[in-house]
Amino acid sequence: MPSGTLQIKAISAHSGPIPGQGVQREEDVCKYIDVTTCIGCKACEVACVEWNDMPFQQTTFDNTYQTMPATAWNYWNLIKFNEHQRDDGSLMWLMRKDQCMHCEDPGCLRACPADGAIVQYTNGIVDFQQENCIGCQYCVSGCPFDIPKFNSSTKKVYKCTLCSDRVGQGLEPACIKACPTGCLKFGTKTDMRALADARAQQLREHSGFANAGVYDPPSVGGTHVIYVLHDATKPEQYGGLPANPVIPPTYTIWKRAAKPIGLLLALLAAPVAFFHYVMEGPKEPAP
Amino acid sequence: MNGAIERFDDRARRRVGAYGRTMVRENELVRHPVYTRVLHWSVAIFFILALLSGFAIYSPWLYRALTPLFGGGPTTRLLHPWFSLGFVIFFAFQILNWLEPMTWTSDDRRWMKQVKSYVTNKEPVEPEYVDFFNGGQKLYFWAIVASAVVFLLSGFPMWFPKTFGRITVDIGYVLHDIAALVMLVGFIVHLYEGTGAQPGTFQAMTRGTVERRWAWTHHPAWYRRATGRDPRTDYEQARQRSSRPPDPTARTDLK
Ligand code: HEM
Ligand code: SF4
Ligand code: SF4
Repeated sequence: MPSGTLQIKAISAHSGPIPGQGVQREEDVCKYIDVTTCIGCKACEVACVEWNDMPFQQTTFDNTYQTMPATAWNYWNLIKFNEHQRDDGSLMWLMRKDQCMHCEDPGCLRACPADGAIVQYTNGIVDFQQENCIGCQYCVSGCPFDIPKFNSSTKKVYKCTLCSDRVGQGLEPACIKACPTGCLKFGTKTDMRALADARAQQLREHSGFANAGVYDPPSVGGTHVIYVLHDATKPEQYGGLPANPVIPPTYTIWKRAAKPIGLLLALLAAPVAFFHYVMEGPKEPAP
Repeated sequence: MNGAIERFDDRARRRVGAYGRTMVRENELVRHPVYTRVLHWSVAIFFILALLSGFAIYSPWLYRALTPLFGGGPTTRLLHPWFSLGFVIFFAFQILNWLEPMTWTSDDRRWMKQVKSYVTNKEPVEPEYVDFFNGGQKLYFWAIVASAVVFLLSGFPMWFPKTFGRITVDIGYVLHDIAALVMLVGFIVHLYEGTGAQPGTFQAMTRGTVERRWAWTHHPAWYRRATGRDPRTDYEQARQRSSRPPDPTARTDLK
């Protein structure tokens, strides 16, 4: 279990070196969520609100067991209740704990224009630093999982921290601690991935879920929150989990390559004007 | 429609003009009345503030360099759309004010074809058909109009992303950047043309007047309309009177 001071691996919109980079190597952490054994008790939701000391708010009742339609700036962890009809016509719950996926290649961090508003630690946790956030909400459109949520009175964006404050002290996240069924586990990425693969195999071989598998999407470099799904071929049915989450090209090709080149070309107008003056001289009124 | 715009412009020029004055010295012509000057510098102030606060959130090193000017990142983000609105509102009045002299004509197409000789200062005076604005100035003007439209259409989704949705923001972001880059190039060229490149031009936007020599050099057709005199004849006469060497184009031999 990782412990001690969290070391930073990536900083949003940062020019120059990252302080303390490479001083300490850490294991990648990972939250394991076995969707198949979640009973929808919402203990993790309560634990999250409690630990992060979040004020509660009024919510919308939309005829489901779900606490609210989507996560909110002060509600980072939400069990999505999806009613699913099996092939034989009978019903089952597909319950998925929705929260930040802590992507290895985070779209939010790529999109963010503010120095230090989003950091990624060497253990893989992606954390927002509200004191540096400028409230532009680019992270909202950069995130393939619709996670960052804007608070219009503080003009800042919030999301799950994977309890970086607890993990930094060698503790597990609050949701993990609260889960009564053991469907949530926390450890190194390697260990959790092995556990998830084994569980998926068990589901395939012994429980009749031929398509059971692990959700750890490579399109965002893998995630530090992984799911075991009954049917990994249709992640969308778990409350809109994208099968192939992609960061919009706006924040990859355009932001990384086209913007700096475009700016350089545009600024070229200044030396061109200067050397025009040097070589052609001013156009004086004649004579 | 055009009549209504004309009436509005006339009234605005008279009303705003009453608060200021344009001093015309000997051998000078009025180029820009008080109203035009006030609009121009209001547009320029808001435009520059919008440009700086916008480019402050363009790239990491610009963020570090420019956000302190506006009191940090959050205030920069807060102010940028308001600066931009100021720019767009004043520029809207400038569009009405300049609609007529900025109208694109076949002369401008002709001018564009000989832009190389303009850039290399080949001729001592501009072609006789160049009126109040030349093709390059009109191009800049219409580029600003187009960019202002793009800024508005893409800027509002970025200001209120919840209302407009993610896709609009993703696309708007790219369009906003392109418009900003076009404006940056245009602004640099404009700044140079209005100051160093053409001595005697800057006062057109400050005191509002230009020398007659300036007018027949840069805008002969306007000179003809404003004075009722032939620009070429006046230029030739002035040249003969002046004690300078007969032909300044001799410079081509001195490379
Ligand atoms: C501080 C920087 C600026 C300076 C020194 C400057 C100077 C001038 C001058 C001297 C003129 C008169 C040209 C003439 O009478 O032929 C002019 C015209 C004009 N200005 Fe500016 N200006 C500045 C900023 C801006 C900005 C920021 C904008 C727009 C966003 C702008 C838009 C225009 C337009 C559209 C015209 C008429 C067309 C042209 O002359 O190119 N100016 N400016
Ligand atoms: S899920 Fe969204 S908010 Fe979380 S790390 Fe990935 S991109 Fe960022
Ligand atoms: S709103 Fe999101 S993208 Fe914008 S500064 Fe804050 S964290 Fe960064």
